[in-house]
Amino acid sequence: MSTRVMPFRGSLTSREQVSVYEFSWAAIIVIPLVAVLIQIFIPVKVRFLPIVDLPFMVTIFFATARRNPISGCLTGCAIGLMQDLFAGPSHPLGMYGIALTIIGYLASSLGVKIDVDNPGSRFLITFAFFGVHQGVYYGVAHGLLRQGLQWSWSHTAISALANAVLGIFVYKFLDRFKQR
Amino acid sequence: MDTFLGRYRNLLVLAAILFAQIIGLALQVRRPSDAGETRLIRLWAVSAVTPIESAVIHSQEWVANLWTTYIYLHGVRRENRELRAEIGQMKIEEARLSEDARMARRIQSLLAFKEQYIDSTIAAQVIGTSGSEQSRVLYIDKGSNDGITVDMAVITPSGIVGKIAQVFPDSAQVLPINDQFSGVGAALKDSRLQGILKGAPNGATTLQYIMSDEKVVPGEEVVTSGGDRIFPKGLPVGRVVSSEPGKDLFLNIRVIPSARLDQLEEVLVVTKITEKMPDAKDLGPLRASDILAERLPTVPNKTEVDAAGNAKPAGGAASATTPAATGTGTTAGTAAHPATPGTGTKPNVGGTIPNRPAGTVAAPHPTQAGAAGETNGTVKPKAITPATDRPSGTAAKPLNNAAPAATTQPGESAAQDNGDSPPAKKQVKPAPDSAPNAPSAQPAPPPAGAPPQP
Repeated sequence: MSTRVMPFRGSLTSREQVSVYEFSWAAIIVIPLVAVLIQIFIPVKVRFLPIVDLPFMVTIFFATARRNPISGCLTGCAIGLMQDLFAGPSHPLGMYGIALTIIGYLASSLGVKIDVDNPGSRFLITFAFFGVHQGVYYGVAHGLLRQGLQWSWSHTAISALANAVLGIFVYKFLDRFKQR
Repeated sequence: MDTFLGRYRNLLVLAAILFAQIIGLALQVRRPSDAGETRLIRLWAVSAVTPIESAVIHSQEWVANLWTTYIYLHGVRRENRELRAEIGQMKIEEARLSEDARMARRIQSLLAFKEQYIDSTIAAQVIGTSGSEQSRVLYIDKGSNDGITVDMAVITPSGIVGKIAQVFPDSAQVLPINDQFSGVGAALKDSRLQGILKGAPNGATTLQYIMSDEKVVPGEEVVTSGGDRIFPKGLPVGRVVSSEPGKDLFLNIRVIPSARLDQLEEVLVVTKITEKMPDAKDLGPLRASDILAERLPTVPNKTEVDAAGNAKPAGGAASATTPAATGTGTTAGTAAHPATPGTGTKPNVGGTIPNRPAGTVAAPHPTQAGAAGETNGTVKPKAITPATDRPSGTAAKPLNNAAPAATTQPGESAAQDNGDSPPAKKQVKPAPDSAPNAPSAQPAPPPAGAPPQP
């Protein structure tokens, strides 16, 4: 249970100091696991859930809360690889891993600069990073693996919007696990 | 150097992690021989997660069943009445369809067609998905311990679902037909045009490789063609939604799957498919003339009465039940149907009385006919009259246990039927010499021009 306060380093928001949160090891392990489990279980019953990406949200949450690019990278890599494990035989391990590694790095780097604790910024971050996430995934699939994925701007925008809206509530729930 | 590492530490770590993952990707892509195998880490992950998923799914099913089966029974009686009415309608429909199916099986056996049959299936519960939009694989709660192997077909009563892609001890991964890496041999039900049903990244299914000059109507049903050696032929796949010219020479045909792939809960895994001839044992003797005879008008009762009065009580009556023997007068007219087995008669294998006029039922007396056949030796398998000499309406109706030499080949009888049969109404009229007091069961003497009987 510890809270560090980062010194002012040219924050883009009005706050001069941003808090760095830490989590218990149980939360670090269990929350991503539960997110991946829900992600592979719920679409059996709820048909529209695949457009919602809980592991992606969890990656952003941890990265922005801890504000450490290295831990953001590692968290994103671990969650992405876990997601890859269940994604089918035609889905090589590492596609989600690469995408979420980059997202973790960017989110934690951005978290150093801006206040990411208010719902507005969380909405914007999630919306923007979802597009980045999809773009990286598409780039890996198309550029490295020559998979014939189809890019749809409208679908990506709708998915990003859905994730951004849901993300506000998910982050609010996950805030309970922050240790101050 | 330390300054450089300290300054760019974050970026270096990011690059190192990305590099490691890209190398991992490259290793996986470089070894296509591993495509059919399961990576150990995937096996561990799925094995660890499957019990949790199964427990959650089954407990949820239990609660749902408790609610729907014991507590929430609103409208069950009304639904029961409706279902009973529906069953009645379906029984009528089933009777008609089964008759058509029997007909089809007979024709298939005549043409020596082999068919694929689903021998055994295993019911499985869908317990998970890939969790991503790019991959649409499903997980079921049956695995190699239950006899599931790779490439088994997965179906539902409403249509096909996909095939088994990977197998774990207690679970298996299903590649559904709307996955972008899936491909199923399919054909249009009416026009019989064959193509390949492929999935798309957005979950749509398209029937590909049908030439653009073909006409495909929206609403037409799509069935499996059996060409992929995974799905048996004729299973419902889906329905054509739209058809428009594609980029190449082929049509772009969108198909909506028959099975609700996004709401699957239970599926059937086809564990055994056999390829065999249609079973036509219980369908009686097979001749083309029989099949044709069933489609033509039946015999008036008067003929049977005459025949019964002609001292042919049981055997004669029985012999008149088969379509060809009833003197439907259709093609072969009267048939020399022997007595029924078990009456002490010797089977009159294909014995045709050569000079019997048209319209006579050549079913001899159950007891005397055999004796006559034995003693006189006038009715023997080899005594089949050649088609040209045989009077019309005397086609031989062999028994099930008839000697092969005595059976009439379908092609022959059909040829004869087409050529020699007079109109039906003329044949059903009994001939004068088949009077009741005539020496029953004694075959009539051969005609003047007929070859001598041995």
